Amino acid sequence: MSAGEVAVARGELLLAAKAVSKHFGGVKALREVSLGIRAGEIYGLIGPNGAGKTTFFNVLTGLYTPSGGEIVFAGRKLVASAPHKAAERGIARTFQNIRLFANMTAAENVMVGRHVRTRAGVLGAVLRDRRTRAEEAAIRRRAEELLHYVGIADRADDLARKLSYGDQRRLEIARALATDPQLLALDEPAAGMNGTETAGLRALVEGIRADGITVLLIEHDVKLVMGLCDRVAVLDYGVLICEDVPAVVQHDPRVIEAYLGGGVA
Amino acid sequence: MGLAELRRDRRAAIAATLAIGIVLAVAPFVIGATAGSTWLRIVDFALLYIMLALGLNIVVGFAGLLDMGYIAFYGVGAYLYALLASPQFGLHWPLWAILPAGAALAGLFGVILGAPTLRLRGDYLAIVTLGFGEIIRIFLNNLNAPVNITNGPQGISGIDPIRIGGVSLAKPIEVLGFTLPSLHAYYYLFLALALAIVFVSIRLENSRIGRAWVAIREDEIAAKACGINTRNVKLLAFAMGATFGGVAGGLFAGFQAFVSPESFSLMESVMVLCMVVLGGMGNIPGVILGGVLLTLLPELFRHGAGPVQQALFGKVVLDPEALRMLLFGLALIAVMLYRPAGLWPSTRRRRELRGNSA
Repeated sequence: MSAGEVAVARGELLLAAKAVSKHFGGVKALREVSLGIRAGEIYGLIGPNGAGKTTFFNVLTGLYTPSGGEIVFAGRKLVASAPHKAAERGIARTFQNIRLFANMTAAENVMVGRHVRTRAGVLGAVLRDRRTRAEEAAIRRRAEELLHYVGIADRADDLARKLSYGDQRRLEIARALATDPQLLALDEPAAGMNGTETAGLRALVEGIRADGITVLLIEHDVKLVMGLCDRVAVLDYGVLICEDVPAVVQHDPRVIEAYLGGGVA
Repeated sequence: MGLAELRRDRRAAIAATLAIGIVLAVAPFVIGATAGSTWLRIVDFALLYIMLALGLNIVVGFAGLLDMGYIAFYGVGAYLYALLASPQFGLHWPLWAILPAGAALAGLFGVILGAPTLRLRGDYLAIVTLGFGEIIRIFLNNLNAPVNITNGPQGISGIDPIRIGGVSLAKPIEVLGFTLPSLHAYYYLFLALALAIVFVSIRLENSRIGRAWVAIREDEIAAKACGINTRNVKLLAFAMGATFGGVAGGLFAGFQAFVSPESFSLMESVMVLCMVVLGGMGNIPGVILGGVLLTLLPELFRHGAGPVQQALFGKVVLDPEALRMLLFGLALIAVMLYRPAGLWPSTRRRRELRGNSA
């Protein structure tokens, strides 16, 4: 559990977006989106291209300042445009276009993820006192565990850029998990994956949830979302048009219209 | 890794350390006896440049922030020493007080430079830091009116030589009936501080802070998403790098007994940057190599070009002074063409997760 954060009981509201808007000049990427993610669930966020999914992600993880509204996480308001604070509070994320530290090894990538939960400063680094050594050993151990957890322990000493596409996705998840998140936000993790890789990813995400971490998933693969998620929200042109269990969302006429265009359904 | 192998490794490491230690210890005597005091003086300067290159390596090599005005911190350290230990204000502080003060003041200047440039990267950062370096130099050049602080373009002369335990390094030192010439004494002092800076650099590189610097260099947005407070960590890189420059500057002032704004020109910043890039950005041994080569090479050209021409053509065709920079430039271009990652690039450090726990 992340440091300094109140644990939210399973099924209770972990994250609430309250009328979140984001405008880029005249473009209204998000219009008063309100939704709630409960602790322990896998929550899907879908929508056609340009619907505002990634924008919502970026607001949620502090990369963007919302033009209106607010996000409440674990009972406290999230500070806007402070990504490192979001990570500190227990929101970890991956990126649609993988963003690894390409010239660091897989293990080092995960070790960077431990930054926010560790303390050593310059003095500790130079003097390497007992506490720093213990902390450093713990960072290494945890990185090793996480690489094992996502199934790429054998690539620990390889540079991140030398990893296969699927392994890079896994490494990004391991790095995100290293920050001890309460909420793990995955931005299109299955993009570009083949059937086997997607199945593996699905098992991984289910395992993460089983370990008590809430998952927010942006995905294009509708089959994956419908099979994996407990609840799904649909964005269309920056507006939330539906939020419910997959069985209901699938048959919602507004969702069908958004995806297939008017008049088809 | 087997135990026998590990033991052999350790023995090899100890042997290598001893060998390097002996070479470094006898070097001034060998150089002084064979090449003369001119070259020993150049070697002393090489040690100062190594300190500078290692400082800039933290900013450019680790954190990936292109700093073109680094020499300003060298200037800050040098002028602080000059003002606190010279007839200028009649102050004569000891070295142990000035060096930390110089390091701290340079670090503060590092933060002052870093703060407004936090959002800049690459070319834009280079331009702003270049401007900063020039501002410092121009300040030093003009702070002689209305109140004379720096003596302006004339510089400050008559600076106290470095004294350790009341013994001045400017004169030959008698130790147990054995005379240690001044240049030798400075060599050992500079070597000790350079080694300390190497040690600090290595420790920082393999630490939580060092990883955060490299993470920012690799992908700043991802680094933020990992919870790194990029503002503070970048400022820390600027401050640490500047600190090394401040120390080297103080030593420089005491060694030269004279400082003037000319010593801190843009060309010097470029030179130190070349040492880092040419040696191998981010790789400590590479940066040291860069520092040594780029101090020695121009001098070799300067001293070698005349006699070589004499031998080849029977007379000096081209002025060695002019030839020096030409050859130096060619050497730089050749290295960048054939070894774009530097002479000694940072190897894929096998971070032995398993090796260490075994």
